[in-house]
Formats: sequence, structure tokens, C-alpha cells
Amino acid sequence: MTTLLNVERVSKSFGGLKALSECSLSVEKGRITGLIGPNGSGKTTLFNVITGYEKPDSGSVTFEGTEITRASPSKVFALGVGRTFQITRIFARITVLENMLVATQRDEGWLRGLTRSKSSKSELVAAMEWLDFVGIGRLASQPAGSLSFGQRKLLELAYVLVADPDVILLDEPAGGVNLTLINEIAQKIQALNKDGKSFLIVEHNMEFVMNLCDRVTVMHQGADLVSGTPSEIRSNPLVLDAYLGGSDEYDDEDAS
Amino acid sequence: MLRVRNVWWIVVLGAFVLFPLIETNPTYTGIGVIALIFMGCATSWNMFSGYSGYVNLGSAIFYGVGAYTITLLSDHLNVPGNGDLFWLIPAGGLAAMIVAIPVGLVALRVRRHTFVVITIAIFFVFQLSAINFSFTGGTSGLQLPLIPWLETNYNKPFYYAALAIVVFATLLSVTVRRSRFGLQLLAIRDDEDRAAGLGVKVFAVKLVGFTMSAFAVGMGGALYAIFIGQIYPQFVFDPIFDISIALMAIFGGLGTLTGPLLGALVLESTQQYLAIRFTNGSVYLIVFGALFLVIVLFMPQGIIVYSSEWLSRRAARRVEGALVVSGETS
Repeated sequence: MTTLLNVERVSKSFGGLKALSECSLSVEKGRITGLIGPNGSGKTTLFNVITGYEKPDSGSVTFEGTEITRASPSKVFALGVGRTFQITRIFARITVLENMLVATQRDEGWLRGLTRSKSSKSELVAAMEWLDFVGIGRLASQPAGSLSFGQRKLLELAYVLVADPDVILLDEPAGGVNLTLINEIAQKIQALNKDGKSFLIVEHNMEFVMNLCDRVTVMHQGADLVSGTPSEIRSNPLVLDAYLGGSDEYDDEDAS
Repeated sequence: MLRVRNVWWIVVLGAFVLFPLIETNPTYTGIGVIALIFMGCATSWNMFSGYSGYVNLGSAIFYGVGAYTITLLSDHLNVPGNGDLFWLIPAGGLAAMIVAIPVGLVALRVRRHTFVVITIAIFFVFQLSAINFSFTGGTSGLQLPLIPWLETNYNKPFYYAALAIVVFATLLSVTVRRSRFGLQLLAIRDDEDRAAGLGVKVFAVKLVGFTMSAFAVGMGGALYAIFIGQIYPQFVFDPIFDISIALMAIFGGLGTLTGPLLGALVLESTQQYLAIRFTNGSVYLIVFGALFLVIVLFMPQGIIVYSSEWLSRRAARRVEGALVVSGETS
């Protein structure tokens, strides 16, 4: 198995708060990797570091052998790392289809946008295909701001997919979503994985993570605690300690 | 094939072309020239600020640079006081674009409210420079070559030149809205960080948009300078201009195509007319302010958005009504 995304001993502090301390993680090609940990353990900060939204204080991030530690978010995306946000972010005042078109060309020269129209025929076809894939194709001409919470989650997934990234980082794809939709999202992820997409998923829903992921990494207080298959993680006493608060670490727990 | 919408545009353009031929009173055609200059500037301003949400309150920088450029160039090149001056107008626009690059590099590093404040600050740097440098003539201003045309026909060339700028700015605005670039500006308005995470090179897109929008504003300033014949720092680097342009676009509908055109036409011609009508005191400013308050209070998204929403609501009610009559309530 080749490593697609590799995070090597990354540290990041916000003032006095150490959000990440020497955290390491790897995502293998064609696998679904889960990332769990109590609130405030640094999962979202790690996502931000990988995708260029935060610059780490030390450590390195490589994607397919290319160093992306301090690359800009648009550069990271252009290389093939897509992500969704914990608090869903869509472009509310343009249509659902236009939302898709923003992402269709992930690596276009910065002046190219001036000389081309909003969309080509093939891009429109691809955008509609992905909208249909996540099941909101009929809403294509609606302003994205009129979508419900669940539909926004699906749209965010669809417009990350339309750019055809190699690895997709999902920040709580099942958060605040009803059970039917959770199962639907899980099925979509499995289908995409079969087609060769790799995933890194942050999620609090244990059932979702344990059923879906090939490997799981547990984070605790900014560092990676253990990594292993879901069954290994389930039986590891360290994990239970991290979630319930180990004896001597209890006081640091509420730093979220 | 001509669509109904396009026919409307042609009818409106035709009316503007015919106006100075029918209305020959120089007072009114003069109002027309100024109103058209503001329409062009507001449309160009909206092409960046309306689409991207970066409200630029320093657009008088571009206006003033355009005005000073044409004045200094005409002096330098010894251009006589005739129609040849008009050929220098694009130079005013180009100079504004060149100035926009460093201004944008500084101001576009910050967002939203901070951006607004920074553009105002940079604007005052320009105004103070124009007052204090010697090549600008300081507070006594600069004279342009006198154009010895008869009063009855004096306004016409200016009117059509201003109309050309409006058409240019409108076509540019349409083209941008239909391009991938325009879509990226709209994405930046809605969520800049998310756009960056989808491969949009946000800083480059903002800088290009900002610079492009300076062109027509610079041309507007250049045309204004030769229309008036003399320029002063306080009148071409005018803080009221900064605010007016933004208010006109907001009044009509920020980010829409017709909004800034309509807003500038209504507000500027009303203001000019009231200024002439009530020569004593500042009565016109009170009326003007009241009109503006009414719009902002009752139609915060601007006239265009308000009326289109009102029309679609009415249409929806009709459909609902029809369904009730035929017994197909939802």
C-alpha cells in the first residue's frame, strides 16, 4: 500500500494553547482512514494544517511525495486534496449549479478565468452527474442558500468531488444529519472508495467510523495516540482513557 | 435571435441616444453628461465591489488620477482645445489601472470593514498629495485647453462620449458576470476561504477585478475634466464621489447589472435637478437624503432586487389563487 498523504510530527500553537504537538498521520491510497478523538483534541486543526488554512510551527506534510506544508489552500486543492468543513460552507447567493462550477477546474491558470465562459459543456455534464450522484440534481437552479442543512452537506460533498481530487478530507460528514441520510452518505463514500478515492474522515459517530474505515487514528491532546484497524481501536484501553479522561490528564481535558 | 430582454436594452439605449437631439436645453443635457459619467463609474465600481463584496470607498482615487492624467498629458503634448482631447480619455483610464495595482496590493490584503477603512485612508493620501505637490497645481488646480464650441452644441460630444463609457462599462460587467472569473468573484463574496479551498486563486482574482474596475472610472474622471475645463483636488479627489458611487449601486441593487445604472441615473439627475431648482441653501440635500433613507429602510437590497422579488411574489400568489379556484391546493 502506498502512502498518499503523510503528516510528520506536526506542531501548532495558538498563543499558549498547543493545538497540535508532534502529530503524525498517514493516509494510504485507496483506503478510508478515520480520525477520532475527544473535542479539542486537534482534529480540525490538523485538517486546517493539511489543507493550507493554517501554517504549522514545525513538522511536515507531504502529498504523493510533494511537500505541501506551507502551500496555500488553492495550491493544495489543485494538487488533489479536497475537503469539506465541519460547519458546512457553501456559496449561498449563487445557484447550486454555479456552486459546482466554482470547483470544476481545480488547476487553472489565474488569468484563464477571464477569457473563458462560466462553464463548458463537459463541465456542466460532470456537475449535473455529481449532483445526481448525491441526489440533489433537481435543485440545480435553486440558490444554494435555500437548501436545507442536509442538502448543503451533500452539495459540499458534490462540489469537492467534481474537481476529481485523489484524497478527500471530510470533517464530520454525519454531524447533525438524520439517520437515513447518514446511511446514504456512508454508501456514497463506499461507492467512491471502490472507484479508487481515498478518504480521511473526522467523525464523532462511532458506528459510522467503525463500519466505514479501514484504519482509524485516535488523537488526544494534539498528538496521535494510537492507530490501527477498527477492532484494534475498540479494544485498546488507551482510547477509553482518552475519551473518559485518564487520571492525571483530566485537568487538561476542557481545552477545546 | 433577439430576446425580449435584449430588445429592452436596445430601446433604452435608443432613448439615451435621442435625448440630446430632442432636449436641446444645455442645462438639461449638462445634467445628462454628469448623470452618464456617474452611471459608467457606478457600473464599473459594481463590477468589482458589487460582485466580490469588497466595498471600495476610494474610487475617487481612480477618478482623480484620470482627471489629472488627461490634464497633464494635454499640457505636455500641447493638444489644442478641440475634439482631439477626447482621444486622451483612455489614457486617463490606463493611468487609473496602473495606480490601482499598488493600491490593490495594499488594500486587498484585508477584508470587509477593514478594507473599507483602508481604501478611505489611501484615498486621503491621494487627495493630500494632489493638494501639496507642485505639479498638480496645488489648491489652485489646473486648467485644460479651452474648447471654443458654441454653448448650444457644447454638451453633445461630451454626452455621447459619456454614453460610450456607460456602454463599455455595461458590456464589461456583463462579460465578467458570464465568465468563470466573475463566478469566482461571486464565490469570494459568499465565502472567500471556501473559494480558496476549491482552487480559486483569490488574491489574484481580487487584484485583477479591482484593477479592471479602475479603467472606466479613470475614463469618467478624464471626461469630467475636459467637460469642466479646470480641475481642483477637492473636486476630482472628492470623498462625496467615493460615497455617491457606492450609494448609487446600493440604491439600485448591489451586484446586479441594472442596479447601478438605474441608481446613478435616478440619484445623480435628481440631485443635479434639485441643485438647480433650489438655488438657495441646501434644500436639495435634504430631499436627496430623505429619498435615500426611504430606499435603505424599505428596500435594503435596492430597487432592482426589491421589484423583481415583488413581481415574483405577485406571480406566485396568482398561481396559488388559480390552484385554489381549481381546487388543487397544496
